[in-house]
Amino acid sequence: MSKDRTTLSAAGPKRGIVGQFLHDWQLWLMLLPAIVYIFIFCYMPMYGVQLAFRKYDFAKGIYGGEWMGLTYFKQYFTGPMFKTTVVNTFVIAVTSILFSFPAPIVLALIINQVRQERWKRTVQTVVYIPYFISTVVLVSMLNVLFAQKGGVLSDLLKTLGLVPQKANLLGQKQYFVWMYVFSGVWQGMGWNSIIYLAALSGVDPSLHEAAKIDGANALQRVIHVEFPALVPTIMILLIMNMGSILNVGFDKVFLMQNTLNKNVSEVISTYVYHLMAPTTGAPQFSLATAVGLFTNVVNFGFLMIGNFISKRITGTGLM
Amino acid sequence: MDNAKKIDLAPRKSMMQESRGDRIFHAIMIALTITTFIVIIYPLWFVVIASISNSDLVNQGKVTILPVDIRFYGFQQIMKDSRIWLGYRNTLIYVVFGTILNMIITMPAAYALSRPDFKARNPVMMYFVFTMYFSGGLVPTYMVVNKLGLINTPWILIIMVALNTYNLIIARTFIQNTIPNDLYESAMLDGANHFTIFWHIVLPLSKAIIAVEILYYAVFHWNDYFNALIYTSGAEVQPLQMVLRRILLQNEAFASGNGGVQGGYAQSSADQVKYAVIIVSTVPILLVYPFVQKYFEKGVMIGAVKG
Repeated sequence: MSKDRTTLSAAGPKRGIVGQFLHDWQLWLMLLPAIVYIFIFCYMPMYGVQLAFRKYDFAKGIYGGEWMGLTYFKQYFTGPMFKTTVVNTFVIAVTSILFSFPAPIVLALIINQVRQERWKRTVQTVVYIPYFISTVVLVSMLNVLFAQKGGVLSDLLKTLGLVPQKANLLGQKQYFVWMYVFSGVWQGMGWNSIIYLAALSGVDPSLHEAAKIDGANALQRVIHVEFPALVPTIMILLIMNMGSILNVGFDKVFLMQNTLNKNVSEVISTYVYHLMAPTTGAPQFSLATAVGLFTNVVNFGFLMIGNFISKRITGTGLM
Repeated sequence: MDNAKKIDLAPRKSMMQESRGDRIFHAIMIALTITTFIVIIYPLWFVVIASISNSDLVNQGKVTILPVDIRFYGFQQIMKDSRIWLGYRNTLIYVVFGTILNMIITMPAAYALSRPDFKARNPVMMYFVFTMYFSGGLVPTYMVVNKLGLINTPWILIIMVALNTYNLIIARTFIQNTIPNDLYESAMLDGANHFTIFWHIVLPLSKAIIAVEILYYAVFHWNDYFNALIYTSGAEVQPLQMVLRRILLQNEAFASGNGGVQGGYAQSSADQVKYAVIIVSTVPILLVYPFVQKYFEKGVMIGAVKG
């Protein structure tokens, strides 16, 4: 008994690494499945990244092919698809963040002003619905709602004069990015507002009272009381978003791709897939791995930059 | 009684004293929520009315607010379609077993990582977090799966995303922030080990985060087509989303390309089927939400805000 008691104190007796491991064996056992899974499906593929520097040799496996150095990187950087894929990825990613990131913040601030509890609940429930719709279904909905002929929403946009009468929103490439971005806002805005609404519900009511006494009107209270309460959450989510700037979701872009929009819709992730599973010709495994590794390194760089800037400006960061 | 009423009225009275500017501000906010409501709900409503309306009228743009010339041809066609039911069955298997596996892996790991007396906590956390920002990429992952002999088996769609690091972090944060340390200490003094504490104390107190995790994982499995696209090819193991992709998207090019040649009837029937397929494939996962909604806000709040 007394021995058990001593192990409880946080400082505890001094143990070696092995002793500590034996002491925590139950916790290690609980972590084991997660550690094994991550090892197999995340770290083993990381080891396989060396394929980017090797010729793929079917007989010898991924680690056995001839060492090629930076050949595949050079092939990508000097090839015609480099500029296309990087530009497309950045255009889609930056436009997405520009609209998708502020939308839930604004929505949360608006919903938070509603005092009619029942209406507030109703709006909240409804704006969450699109999150549950799969990408396949979302893209199908775009295809029917924005069809050039008989698409109810494309007709509406034309009636309102927002797009020209002859516009083909699904086929013409200049609309691709907007379709992608606004369908993303529609789908994610409500769901992503949950975290901001949660942060807003934590705002101390006395701050509101104090602001009122100081003569702040409703709008000023939103700007000076509520918005500052969201800043830490905003910064963390912004950094996390920056870390995946080149990971423009394969899912939706791939499904929205057609022969008409391909030169604006081919992003890095879809390019990797097309190299790996080409419709004609042999798969280019090494080149695909090299392109994937390039994405990873760039993403990691952006994450670090975002983290650094955020720490400098606001003092909050991921690491 | 009278007094109580007066006290009750007091705050309301102060609200009525607000300035004209504030009243206009709130009216604008209400108007904005109404706009948002319509923007979100109208596309969904349109799919519903289009699925039961005469497709010719839908295509002419005559169905906008209410269904016209109601018929259930699309739904009848779906009932007869064996592809959809096979996909449905596969998806249900992946959702149920996939989510169970997710929970078995995530919750104990989250508990272990929540213990402040676990010395290796930070390095182990780094081991997980690193994978959020760095991965081997598509081809090396495919090679590993291939080596394990899991290509084109149902197993791969159950275990491919057995753990999501983000979900692990929110579960850990929740357990860390909600379960008082005293509870652990007294249980420890009573001689309980980590397994007993996890099972008898932590899990019963973590219903909110369990609901959130189940929702995240189940929605992921239900909607996932990427892993099926990469790792499976046979229709007998493919989930509903792949069937939908074939019906809704790959058929799409065919129908719009040859619409005129095919004739009005076949064309408009195909369209009604599309809307009906969207409904049939989306409603089940929507029905999950109300059951977990009760726990949801609490779970998200505590799990994520300090994540």
